[in-house]
Amino acid sequence: MAANTEDQEGMAYLQTLPRRLVTVYLPLCIILFVLLFPFYWMATTTFKPDAELYDYQKYNPFWVAHPTLEHINKLLFETSYPDWMVNTIIVSVSSTFLSLFCAVLAAYAIERLRFTGAAYVGLAIFLAYLVPPSILFIPLAAMVFKLGLFDTEWALILTYPTFLIPFCTWMLMGYFRSIPYEIEECALIDGASRLQILRRITLPLAVPGLISAGIFAFTLSWNEFLYALTFISSSENKTVPVGAITELVEGDVYHWGSLMAAALFGSIPVVVLYSFFVEYYVSSLTGAVRE
Amino acid sequence: MAPPPGPTSTAAASARTVRRRPARGGARLLDNRNVLGLLFMLPAAALLVFFLAYPLGLGLWLGLTDQLIGGTGRFVGLANFISLAHDSVFLLSIFNTVLYTVVASVVKFAIGLYLAILLNQRLPFKSILRAVVLLPFVVPTVLSAIAFWWIYDSQFSIISWTLIKLGLIDHYIDFLGQPWNARWSVIAANIWRGIPFVAITLLAGLQTIPPSLHEAAALDGASSWQRFRWITLPMLSPIIAVVMTFSVLLTFTDFQLIYVITRGGPINATQLMATLSFQRAITGGHLGEGAAIANAMIPFLIAAILFSYFGLQRRRWQQGGKD
Repeated sequence: MAANTEDQEGMAYLQTLPRRLVTVYLPLCIILFVLLFPFYWMATTTFKPDAELYDYQKYNPFWVAHPTLEHINKLLFETSYPDWMVNTIIVSVSSTFLSLFCAVLAAYAIERLRFTGAAYVGLAIFLAYLVPPSILFIPLAAMVFKLGLFDTEWALILTYPTFLIPFCTWMLMGYFRSIPYEIEECALIDGASRLQILRRITLPLAVPGLISAGIFAFTLSWNEFLYALTFISSSENKTVPVGAITELVEGDVYHWGSLMAAALFGSIPVVVLYSFFVEYYVSSLTGAVRE
Repeated sequence: MAPPPGPTSTAAASARTVRRRPARGGARLLDNRNVLGLLFMLPAAALLVFFLAYPLGLGLWLGLTDQLIGGTGRFVGLANFISLAHDSVFLLSIFNTVLYTVVASVVKFAIGLYLAILLNQRLPFKSILRAVVLLPFVVPTVLSAIAFWWIYDSQFSIISWTLIKLGLIDHYIDFLGQPWNARWSVIAANIWRGIPFVAITLLAGLQTIPPSLHEAAALDGASSWQRFRWITLPMLSPIIAVVMTFSVLLTFTDFQLIYVITRGGPINATQLMATLSFQRAITGGHLGEGAAIANAMIPFLIAAILFSYFGLQRRRWQQGGKD
């Protein structure tokens, strides 16, 4: 590992410090500032009292002079925000587990059982991955109406897998490929059935891949907007992204404080989860592209 | 890599099943690759056929009908497309979508690649930096779009305030009220959202390029631009093709940012095909017309996918084979 990192650094030692300051650190700082500023702005707005929010003459807008919890209080106790949070959690967790279950079986079948035509099914899964929600939501809306699922959580739990299963299957196929086939052959010779091999050998070895796919799928369904906006109409059934944008704006009056608090609180769960599993998340992001 | 299942393996398998005393018929059947494969594919296939393949076909059909929301539709042939061809809002939305996609993708690629190269240098706290860079991609787009909405506010924009304090402008910029301002504003928000994805995936590609190539070129007197042009870029081209295809697909079909920040306004200046199809189909109730607009996106998407496919072909050349 040590040799590897040394290798990675390449010829950086040839550059002098002042030169590196200008060519590396300065542009990096500028880009990072731009990428992170909206979050800083979100957080400061959340804690600013209204008087400060709309008066840039008396108060410097970059700083909070008198922090307040008023906006958060309003958000949590005067709107349906807690309901939206619960809905989002239920929908994200159920659709993630449903998709993972389907994807594990499908990926194992395509990659390991290699049934007749597995290569074509694999290609079909990849193509399914490329179908964007923007061209599916209208026919899906018509179906959701017909099936009587409109305005229920089931409409989301059953439609989110349309983008989660292709992604998870594609990712897990890559992961299964990295597990040596010989291990399974040994088990086959010892008389294990295919089901036993999957449960006792392949799945335990694939746990990191399962975590990667699960984390990514969870954040994807947490972030989903178009389906939730189209299939849900009553306030108490909405998810956080939809509720924040449709319910917190009353006519022309924008309650920026509560809006920013809603954005901040809706982001925190995914960011916390992400920070615990950064490596898994990055590997699923880059792995899905590299395959 | 799994050995390809040849005739020998199936023959051996059938010989084994014959010799072994079958305890239960079901258990033996489960050892058959095709039966078990079919069984394993069933849950995923059922969901995908019913909620993905069927709606895809249904969408193509809806585009040929005059279906209203909650009502029944009649087949009208290409009438939707013919009326759209004379619909100035639809034509404007195509222009907006292409402009949005081209500008945002090019800038995302340029800054993303630059950021990836910066992050590939020797840096302290590298893994933390990488984690932080990815934040705009992780946070729900709608929620960060709300922050942009506030940043672009006509009276309380922090950008305008800063520029005035610096003495660069003398009155607040109307970011979302003027057509071209609004277009550049949403494009900027999209770029902000897309850079992390491009940068982190390209960084993963950069890390697979052996530094010895750069060292050898440097010894031969290659400048840093030459090393970038003739080593980094060619080595990275397959992954660039894939990343940019995804980026173009996501940008072209974008809905969330526009819906939150401008709702397509002012006077449809930022209306994209996706937002227009939502407006006509769900808000306006004309499912058929909305589906026709959504279907009009498909040729563009197929072009993007083919681009990626031919980009991927270059792998063979990379591995030392013939082009």
